[in-house]
Amino acid sequence: MNWKTFFAMLARDAHVARRNLLPMLLQNLLQPLLLVFVFGRVLTTGGLMAARFKDVMLPGVMAISMALSGVQAVAMPLITEFQFTREIEDRLLAPMANGWLAVEKIVAGMIQGLVAGLVVIPCAWLVIGSGVNISMRHPFEFAAICLLVSLFSASGGLALGCAVGQTQIGLMFSLVLAPMMMFGCAYYPWSMLSAFPALKYAVLINPLVYASEGLRGALAPQVPHMPVAAVLGALLTIDVALVTVGVRQFNKKALS
Amino acid sequence: MGIGIRIEELQKIYRTPPPMAARGGGFAFAGMRPARKDKKKKFEVVALAGISLEIRPGEVYGLLGPNGAGKSTAIGILTTRTQPNGGRALLGDYDVWQDPVKVKRLIGVVPQRPNLDFALTAREILLFHGAYFGQTSAERARRTDELLDKFKLTDRADHMARTFSGGMMQRLSIARAMMHDPEVLFLDEPSAGLDPQTRLLLWDIVRDYNRLGKTIVLTTHYMDEADALCDRLAIIDHGRIIAQGTPTELKASIPGGYLLRLRFDRVPEEFAAALRTLPGVLEVRAVEKTGADVYASRGGSLIPGIVSAAQAAGVELRDVSIAEPSLETLFLHHTGRSLRD
Repeated sequence: MNWKTFFAMLARDAHVARRNLLPMLLQNLLQPLLLVFVFGRVLTTGGLMAARFKDVMLPGVMAISMALSGVQAVAMPLITEFQFTREIEDRLLAPMANGWLAVEKIVAGMIQGLVAGLVVIPCAWLVIGSGVNISMRHPFEFAAICLLVSLFSASGGLALGCAVGQTQIGLMFSLVLAPMMMFGCAYYPWSMLSAFPALKYAVLINPLVYASEGLRGALAPQVPHMPVAAVLGALLTIDVALVTVGVRQFNKKALS
Repeated sequence: MGIGIRIEELQKIYRTPPPMAARGGGFAFAGMRPARKDKKKKFEVVALAGISLEIRPGEVYGLLGPNGAGKSTAIGILTTRTQPNGGRALLGDYDVWQDPVKVKRLIGVVPQRPNLDFALTAREILLFHGAYFGQTSAERARRTDELLDKFKLTDRADHMARTFSGGMMQRLSIARAMMHDPEVLFLDEPSAGLDPQTRLLLWDIVRDYNRLGKTIVLTTHYMDEADALCDRLAIIDHGRIIAQGTPTELKASIPGGYLLRLRFDRVPEEFAAALRTLPGVLEVRAVEKTGADVYASRGGSLIPGIVSAAQAAGVELRDVSIAEPSLETLFLHHTGRSLRD
């Protein structure tokens, strides 16, 4: 394995990210900021939601933020680079097996996803103030879940980016990402779905469910959540599957 | 030293539409054929129908042919970007398909259509390319300055590549391909879209690079380019090699050397026979109903004879064009089609 090439490509992605810092910050920050403001402040202060809804919602917003930005960070550039201009070609011709370029994309996406997820915490303090009841009593559990979630989002982005063409980006948002967000248990705990038994088990194919539930368990254990072992197991399985599919798709797409 | 290339019975059939670069700039494939009738209509294009050739170390080798002949596909396979369906391609000691990473180290590729990294400036494109190939930062910076200067891009070095004109992108693509000092340089239609001046600059750069002992493989459908640059050539059509040799050898293989393309109002058989008897005429081929291609050992001096023969047969001569010995006439001789058809 040629690590020099691998790190040079990471450096390239970092360089491009630095150049687009402002749009990227807006893309990654604005959405969680708005979600936190509306759900955490407007709805609760207005009395429509109980104050403890903040604890339910915050880990969920974090999960959404992490998942979406990882997917976007990998899928969007990949779709452009594989299109008409074949911009990715110069990296496919670098002295490294093609699959490693896919791995590099995943690592770069993970970093972006992690940043976008973690930034939600200071956002929340800024917007909601002291009313948030989150704890850091399980740092390792929290770190492990964050890593697994960002891995699922980046590798999911890889798989999507290789499967979707430029003309289908809108479709990708409305058919894949929107249902994922709505049925991702981000705004409500999974146990609340007991009233809809079919839905309760159907959403289990949605990786965002484990992300929200896992982060809830780590940050706000007072809220009902899935057992940590189940979350870690599910996320690990999903990660392995998505990485395998993503890298395979990438390899297929890289060759004609 | 230099590195040679050997291709054995290379085949490629596309089952999904090939990438743009191998699609001959949007022209349809000549080799398109319908698949078996009993199944659902399948996409199938035979791009290479088993070609074999050998490129010697340090040689400038040209692949010449019309759009869709299979040139870009051949380059795609040799540069690890296209998977062959059969046959073998060896670059030096490495099988391109078994050892792609080692092969990538040895080659530089200039694609048909610029595929520059549009998120970067010209200088960054070269610097990062050097980094991908493990160059130290001092080495990278030195090479980048040299190449920007050589390709007359220094004053635009810090502009984003996406703002460049077509010719500048092409120059930057070539600079990028040379950045890591590859042993073999592949150029796919390098002068397409270049103005005449830049084209001459390109030719000089290719010759200079070749003088360092590097092997160069280029595709073109310009006869003059093949003639001016290549030590040896293969003429490809419909995924097959139809002739191979030095430009001089190839041109000498045309009967007589001269080709007179004649157009009449009609060409009766006895008139064609009369043309064959003219002194210096070696071969006459009827082209559709109103034309004749005459291969002869002389050019203009044949015209009076042709005119009298036409008058004697009551045929009206409408157009004459005389082609001197060139690869164009060679292509015509082998395929019955002009390169531009």
